[in-house]
Amino acid sequence: MTTHTKIELVCPAGSLPALKTAVDHGADCVYLGFKDATNARNFTGLNFDAKAMAEGVRYAHDRKRKVLLALNTYPQASNWAGWTAAVDRAADLGIDAIIVADPGLMAYARKTHPDLRLHLSVQGSATSYEAINFYAERFGIQRAVLPRVLSLAQVEQVIANTKVEIEVFGFGGLCVMVEGRCALSAYATGESPNCNGACSPGKHVRWEQTPQGMETRLNGILIDRFADGERAGYPTLCKGRFDVNGETYYAIEEPTSLNTLELLPDLARAGVRAIKIEGRQRSPAYTGQVTRVWREALDRVMRDADSFTVQPAWIAELDKVSEGRSHTLGAYYRPWK
Amino acid sequence: MKIALGPLLYYWSRQSTLDFYAQIAESEADIVYLGETVCSRRHELRLDDWLEVGEMLADAGKEVVMSSQALIESESDLKALRRIVGKAEFRVEANDMSAVHVLSAAGRGDWIAGPTLNIFNPQTLSLMAESGATRWMAPPEMSGEVLTELLASGAPAIETEVLAWGRLPLAHSARCFTARHYNLQKDTCEFRCLGMKDGLVLRTREGEPFLTLNGVQTQSARVHNLLGDLASVRRTAQVLRVSPQGDHTVEVLKLFRDAVADEVSPQDAFRRSAEWMVEAPCNGFWHGRPGVEQYVKS
Repeated sequence: MTTHTKIELVCPAGSLPALKTAVDHGADCVYLGFKDATNARNFTGLNFDAKAMAEGVRYAHDRKRKVLLALNTYPQASNWAGWTAAVDRAADLGIDAIIVADPGLMAYARKTHPDLRLHLSVQGSATSYEAINFYAERFGIQRAVLPRVLSLAQVEQVIANTKVEIEVFGFGGLCVMVEGRCALSAYATGESPNCNGACSPGKHVRWEQTPQGMETRLNGILIDRFADGERAGYPTLCKGRFDVNGETYYAIEEPTSLNTLELLPDLARAGVRAIKIEGRQRSPAYTGQVTRVWREALDRVMRDADSFTVQPAWIAELDKVSEGRSHTLGAYYRPWK
Repeated sequence: MKIALGPLLYYWSRQSTLDFYAQIAESEADIVYLGETVCSRRHELRLDDWLEVGEMLADAGKEVVMSSQALIESESDLKALRRIVGKAEFRVEANDMSAVHVLSAAGRGDWIAGPTLNIFNPQTLSLMAESGATRWMAPPEMSGEVLTELLASGAPAIETEVLAWGRLPLAHSARCFTARHYNLQKDTCEFRCLGMKDGLVLRTREGEPFLTLNGVQTQSARVHNLLGDLASVRRTAQVLRVSPQGDHTVEVLKLFRDAVADEVSPQDAFRRSAEWMVEAPCNGFWHGRPGVEQYVKS
């Protein structure tokens, strides 16, 4: 029987009810954001004001769980003070770590709040140990979240060459592009994950029934067209159907979710320290359902990785909340590339 | 005002690439960025070949920069990066924080912070300058107004470069979309992107050219063209970058030279550039608009 270092389960909290659900269902950490462009899930109706965050921190800390704050967009000269104020507020609220992408902001946090833990956001696009070690040496980051572009062997290589804790994505929406390096949304709508914290934002979305079928548009650009009876998806532009050389297909990626349950023993052996569940934009019910399954799976792997098998009931449960009710191992599995 | 030729983003045959740079030696470019930045599987030219091209261009009076790969995934990617940094005769463009780390560790104090480093504020730019960057390229999605504010807010004394011509590099992925189009995997891609001189156009189902598939990179289909905006570009940047395209790159460089020298007005230059564009123009990013737009102030 092989046991491994504890892997933390990091769950999404788009709202206070979602935070409580995540904690109640076994999350070790929850991550959340303020109600503004300082975080990469800046969607209407989501996220926390100071009061809700204070209550969330109290709820989690009372139960010995951690709260991580995403401050992972890139501030600009004109709004810099808004981002540093967010760092100060995080420190005041007793947040356990901030998840940051911008080097300038890391330097500020390090200098102003030396005891505040820094996690490098997936938005920082660090895909190698050289990049991660740069942030560790300069800003003392203690954890890095890897973008969803590395194979399992490449994840192992990173872990073997850095002292920084490594967090990887386990489940949820699959970003096909390297996070922090994608301007597709900005190209189509003028709003970007990097600066505005939004990808394919709702205010630019239009659904329209036409004689050709249901059309979904993003700022007027046709992203997909659905036949009668076909379920029309949200027009995230990398998951639309397009024409290349006269062939119409999902040219970038099908609407599907990442699910790495079956890799859990390998991730544990590799020395991964935390698994992130994506989905702050989803409902508290989603958070509860996914947290419950992953808690159970992680507990089993921690007890005995060698005899770990994926339970069909887990997959059935997760597929219910997956995009397109299907899942993929993404880049962890080389042939996906 | 200097004119730079960005790195070649497409995969051309060895001979086409060598022929292209032979022309560039005679062109109006002051600075030439060389090397493979998109995909580590592309090997028509090896590092030694690129260095040879570099020497030829340096002899022709060009400032030569070796660009590093934007997406670093494997140990062999890092090995390639360390070899580029080890070649002391040319400056290096860092396109990933790994490159910044390797350059700083090597004590190089003469490098260029590339467009994928996500420098959005003066604090981060200062950190790069302290680490040895002497020039930086603004992220293509940054507007002229934001760039102006950045430079006015305590930015270090460092040269600023702006993408002024070419398809916009919009995203990088682990997945090769060109291979996917041919139902192949990246590891066995048969180098299908070889010889696609301007990439593979992706259209909406209404036939509108929207994006360009270039292996693991996704670009705009439209050509980002700031010739008509030269007045405001010149107030902020010291270097204009032209991204290589299949045909007419030399003519485009000449047009930029004439426009910068005030021999042709920005409006006339923009009009004349129409015949050399592979697709319709766009300049939305520069105006703080969706990048796909061609924005004209009324």
